[in-house]
Amino acid sequence: MNNSEIIQSFFRFIILVLLQVLLLNHINFLGYINPYLYVLFILVFPLDGNKGLLIFLSFILGLSIDLFGDSGGVHAAASIVIAYARPVILKFSFGVSYEYNMIKINKAPFMELITYIFLMVLVHHLILFSLEIFSFSHVLLLLKSTFFSSIFSIILIYSTLVLFSRKS
Amino acid sequence: MQQILFFFIRNKNFLLFSILFFFAITLTIRSHSYHNTKFMSSANFISGGIYKAKSNFTQYFGLIKENQKLMDENIRLRGILEFYKYDSEPVIQDSSQFFFKYKFISARVINNNYSKTKNLLTIEMGSDQGVRIDMGVITTNGIIGIVNNVSKNYATVQSILNSNSQVNAKLKNSDHFGSLVWDTKEPNVVQLIEVNRTAPVKVGDTILTGGKSTIFPEGLQIGTIQAFELGENDSYNLDIKLFNDMTNLKYVYLIENTRAEEIKILEKEGEDE
Repeated sequence: MNNSEIIQSFFRFIILVLLQVLLLNHINFLGYINPYLYVLFILVFPLDGNKGLLIFLSFILGLSIDLFGDSGGVHAAASIVIAYARPVILKFSFGVSYEYNMIKINKAPFMELITYIFLMVLVHHLILFSLEIFSFSHVLLLLKSTFFSSIFSIILIYSTLVLFSRKS
Repeated sequence: MQQILFFFIRNKNFLLFSILFFFAITLTIRSHSYHNTKFMSSANFISGGIYKAKSNFTQYFGLIKENQKLMDENIRLRGILEFYKYDSEPVIQDSSQFFFKYKFISARVINNNYSKTKNLLTIEMGSDQGVRIDMGVITTNGIIGIVNNVSKNYATVQSILNSNSQVNAKLKNSDHFGSLVWDTKEPNVVQLIEVNRTAPVKVGDTILTGGKSTIFPEGLQIGTIQAFELGENDSYNLDIKLFNDMTNLKYVYLIENTRAEEIKILEKEGEDE
């Protein structure tokens, strides 16, 4: 990681948190569906960056979202799980080329990129909603929330990636 | 010794992950019980400040509706005032006692949730302005929730749209009472459970607060019965359509029961004996 990447990550962090808590948490489409765009920070964190640092930053990221949402530590827990599982998911989605630092997330083929986003978002949302709802009697609600929010998040994350990848 | 050290170095990411995950889960579990979300709540300096800035900006969009609500309330209050003017019954004594017993504070809602299973509101009034934990929160149209956390200038309110919430309520016509809970499904429909089966229940009947707690005064309106069914234990479970639109709250009133302390002490003494 060089200096420009650190500054970029820093601003990305602040902007994503503010966007999430001030705008996206209040969409409530059809009553309960919200996209969680802040996951993008973990997705596009430099691939050669320190893994321990990523886990720690994901924790702070999730905790900030929790702080604004009064949700205890559910976002923090979900975020660190995907931060920790990221190398595995990267390897699964992009194949061996990831190990040699050959890929750029912006320029990856569509299918590989969408697999990566899909797996990360799905794991994140599943953990998020299980912890938030925290009861076995609402399994249907859990699956419904996970499913619809995931679709919403994946579309939004993919659009954001496409929108901002031209410049680089 | 060196082996152990190497083990830690090799697995440092996993250890970091485990510690942070454990911490996050602890916070989550704590947040699922009432009254102990002390330092992790939106009633703190940073998030309270940011929500306030946002609310300063967005409150203009709701001004027309807010004005209409205030007008409606003024009309209602004027109606009551007129009623007392020509009425020399000793009812007046009763009402003055009501106002003496309960103090009101008005506050602005700076953050409102209704899509989760445990919803909280953040209001811009805190301990410096006299807000305390366990004060009731209402609007003109009905009850909102109970204050569950207070900082210097902000407070969070446990909404009645929260699966931990439980409020005493009764039928207007017959005074049969039950507990008001929320099944987390719809943001404007709550459930009144454990109503005795002898109660005359009809769709469209009004539900009021019960006055069995020290938090809400008796007789505040809550909503109307939308549907009902006979549940277990031979008691009715009612679906209540709220008068309040919980998705659109701007200003609320906080109620302080000046005699709550007295009642609590008395009840405690009763238990001790």
